Amino acid sequence: MIKKIIKNLYLSLILLFIYIPIVVMIVLSFNSSKSRVNFTGFSLRWYLQMFSDRDIVSALQNTVLIALLSSLIAVIIGTLAAIAINRMTKIPRQLFMGVTNIPMLNADVATGISLMLCFITFGISLSFGTILISHITFNIPYVILSVMPKLRGSSMLEYQAARDLGATSIQAFFKVVIPEIMPGIASGFMLSVTMSLDDFIITHFTRGAGVNTISTLVYSQLRRGLNPSIYALSTLIFLLVLIILIITNIVKNRKEA
Amino acid sequence: MNKDKLKNALLAGPYFVWMIGFIIIPLIFILYYGLTNDEGIFTLDNIKSMFNPVHLKSFFMSLYLAFVSTLICIILAYPIALIFRETKTKKSSFIVYVFILPMWMNGLLRIYAWLTLIEKKGVINLILTVLNLPNISIVNTNVAIILGMVYDFLPFMILPLYNSLMKINDDTINGARDLGANSYYTFTRIIFPLSMPGVVSGITMVFIPALTTVVISNILGGGSILLIGNVIEQEFLTTTNWHLGSGISLVLVIFIFIVMGITSKFTDKDEQVVMA
Repeated sequence: MIKKIIKNLYLSLILLFIYIPIVVMIVLSFNSSKSRVNFTGFSLRWYLQMFSDRDIVSALQNTVLIALLSSLIAVIIGTLAAIAINRMTKIPRQLFMGVTNIPMLNADVATGISLMLCFITFGISLSFGTILISHITFNIPYVILSVMPKLRGSSMLEYQAARDLGATSIQAFFKVVIPEIMPGIASGFMLSVTMSLDDFIITHFTRGAGVNTISTLVYSQLRRGLNPSIYALSTLIFLLVLIILIITNIVKNRKEA
Repeated sequence: MNKDKLKNALLAGPYFVWMIGFIIIPLIFILYYGLTNDEGIFTLDNIKSMFNPVHLKSFFMSLYLAFVSTLICIILAYPIALIFRETKTKKSSFIVYVFILPMWMNGLLRIYAWLTLIEKKGVINLILTVLNLPNISIVNTNVAIILGMVYDFLPFMILPLYNSLMKINDDTINGARDLGANSYYTFTRIIFPLSMPGVVSGITMVFIPALTTVVISNILGGGSILLIGNVIEQEFLTTTNWHLGSGISLVLVIFIFIVMGITSKFTDKDEQVVMA
């Protein structure tokens, strides 16, 4: 009995810890003044201003575009690679997996500067494109690591079975292998989107002057004081994800019932 | 047989090119810049500069803060992972999502929100003043940075732990109980050792980002606490001394790889370090 109370108490405390800054941000998004400490009154002005602020809108577009595009490309490259790596002999496989682990284990500062050095030295000017390339680079390992577990021996057998039954390799691939590893592909994609949305330091180094993502926009405004429309934006994103979460949970529960 | 190898090569081809172009070559660049000076002459000065007092101080401070934060994360995360493990399946995935949900809010903003809370004239002190309680002044101190690190990286400790705890069969624990083990014994001799891969995975995902953080020390340390990540960032973007920056990065990267090498002794033989 007491155990249960302690458990719930602990869980609640941790949840509180995790959500306090979120609550602060949500409250501030409705503040009628720019102050971060004085709540002068309820207002929706920051929500309305959000759509007319060109910096914010373009940063948002860039952020979403980069996240979706880089994740998509990472999924394609990474899934194909995972399938290939799965079939490699020991040494090439270890080599590939070793290099794959590098972007994940390396400090993101190091990844950021290495890519920046690479781009600049080869004369590629820093822009949206270089940010995209960087994001693809750190997303691919996550895709590979999400897909690999789903690729255990069975998929190879089923693929060959399909071929034996007359399917071309492409048919077998799309109708047998892909559906089986789909959960891995899906979670790899979601993971990539998450990592991409939240990235700051790598984008910071590879972006060049004109392009901003939400992260770099926030960073550039930190000293002067943040445009509260960014709080409004974050609150909306949070609500969106919350709604998606609740819906997927309801759908899940309905399916199980 | 050859046809298969060709197909495999085609599948791996794009990634192979990508790996070389955007992982390996950039690393070689750090190596090159770190070991040369402006005229392109080989020198160890950049690497040696990691050992001059200022940089060394930053490095040790980073190590210390990262270590403390990782430790706190393990202590806080373990009970949570255990509690998650016990909740029934319907509730558990929802609760896990509730914990992950805040990660979808921009990382910088979350840290910035903490700044709003712990500043001298921040929300917490506002409330404390109203209640006639003494104010806190943890902003721009190590405590603030540890707070930020734990806040940012706690989920990365909970998830791998949870994953590896879930792999422990209930029967194993029940068997231990049946054989007379009490809770303490069951935990220390059975549950904890079996969860080691998760612990190691979690440590990897917390320690390294904590060690090399830029924004947490920037925002919550007020620019007065320079961690090794900040040093590198400055050398690249402020003073544009790429050679120095690369030299320091090299030492850092080698250090990280050594730590990884040691911890890999504790993981599964699987290539996976990250939870899948």
